[in-house]
Amino acid sequence: MEKNIKQLLVSAIKNGTVIDHIPANNLFSVINILGLYNIDNQITFGTNLESKKHGRKAIVKISDKFFVDDEINRIALAAPEAKLNIIRNYQVDEKRKVTVPDEFSGIVKCVNPKCITNNDEVKQKFRVISKKEVSLKCHYCEKITDQEHMVFI
Amino acid sequence: MQNRSLISINDYSKEEILHVLDLAGEFEQNPSRDILKDKVIATLFFEPSTRTRLSFESAVNRLGGKIIGFTDSASSSSIKGESLKDTIKTVSNYSDLIVMRHPIEGSARYASEVAMVPVINAGDGANQHPTQTLLDLYSIRKTQESLDNLNLFIVGDLKYGRTVHSLIMAMAHFNATFWFISPKDLRIPLEYKLFLDQRGLKYYEQRDISDVVSEADIIYMTRVQKERFSDPIEYERIKNAYVLKSNMLQDTRKTMKILHPLPRVSEISTDVDDSEKAYYFIQALNGVYTRQAIISLILGLKN
Repeated sequence: MEKNIKQLLVSAIKNGTVIDHIPANNLFSVINILGLYNIDNQITFGTNLESKKHGRKAIVKISDKFFVDDEINRIALAAPEAKLNIIRNYQVDEKRKVTVPDEFSGIVKCVNPKCITNNDEVKQKFRVISKKEVSLKCHYCEKITDQEHMVFI
Repeated sequence: MQNRSLISINDYSKEEILHVLDLAGEFEQNPSRDILKDKVIATLFFEPSTRTRLSFESAVNRLGGKIIGFTDSASSSSIKGESLKDTIKTVSNYSDLIVMRHPIEGSARYASEVAMVPVINAGDGANQHPTQTLLDLYSIRKTQESLDNLNLFIVGDLKYGRTVHSLIMAMAHFNATFWFISPKDLRIPLEYKLFLDQRGLKYYEQRDISDVVSEADIIYMTRVQKERFSDPIEYERIKNAYVLKSNMLQDTRKTMKILHPLPRVSEISTDVDDSEKAYYFIQALNGVYTRQAIISLILGLKN
């Protein structure tokens, strides 16, 4: 019963994608990374919801939107534990997890203030050198950005 | 290697490194030939570096090539606000190869992505300076006859010194053992120790230069710069601990050689210069042969 009430806090969608278990403080990074501020779909989200696993979590529901893997894996840096429910006709049709990509561009700032990506109009580009404790090597200046110093754009 | 930019020492495999060194040996035998006769090389120095620039220009001139370029950003159009991309795109129209030094880290990699001709990185901030590393390797191989299984002592600023970092990466191909001798504030960064751990290579860290140099095959000296210290008193206190003096060489191996990327300030006492173990000026000369080899490989004039 309690579970039902909680789900009502963020209303159900008929078709689309639910992204659950986003760390509450990274909700807006996830919205940015997926470019959700820029689409016409109906979006509902809740944040600072209680989570047994992570303290406080956020959830996003996007109607009539289905992501391809490459697209959704970009949020793995901000929400490594995120779980996706693909909803069709109010039912969970498929569950998916995110995985950290091997390389990607954008999303995160290079930690090195002298890096060209922080000094010129050059888009960040990284190779992921560790996926567990995420650690990124800048394609340009070759410096390492670790989890602790990760700043989302 | 033809048409491939050289930005980081990691762009070359072990075999490719050895190939450059072999060819540099050929140029040492006969450094003046006309193979660059129809070629224009651009040397774009967004910050001044007399030594590296003259070494490149000497290499090109001895091979009969032509040089265009500028020697600091005040005489380039970047002072008018032109972006690096635009400068590089324009200069690639005028030249067959770009040699570039720039204070911003990663600028050389970026330039290689926008240029229509290959780019050689002649130093991008504290990041990479691969031709220096290759001439260091050439000098080590020439004096020790092989690059394998050497004891390499690296002294001075191991935290910020880009030549040191690239040298470690390159010598890791050859089963070297490393001794890192530096002030506490300028220790070798953790990522390089992790790298050596992964490769299963031995290294030791010391605070003092004098204890163990008898083991050394190569002593690689670097400059400890005052600006690197937050506390000037700390600098005054430690600076003399990283100076190499001729009396320290007594117990060293007969074949041991002292290298330094130059410019030297006071970290090698001038009384060392007369020792046959002092190799740093010949090392600079080797830079010309090494750069001749790199340029002619990239332009496809040598295989």
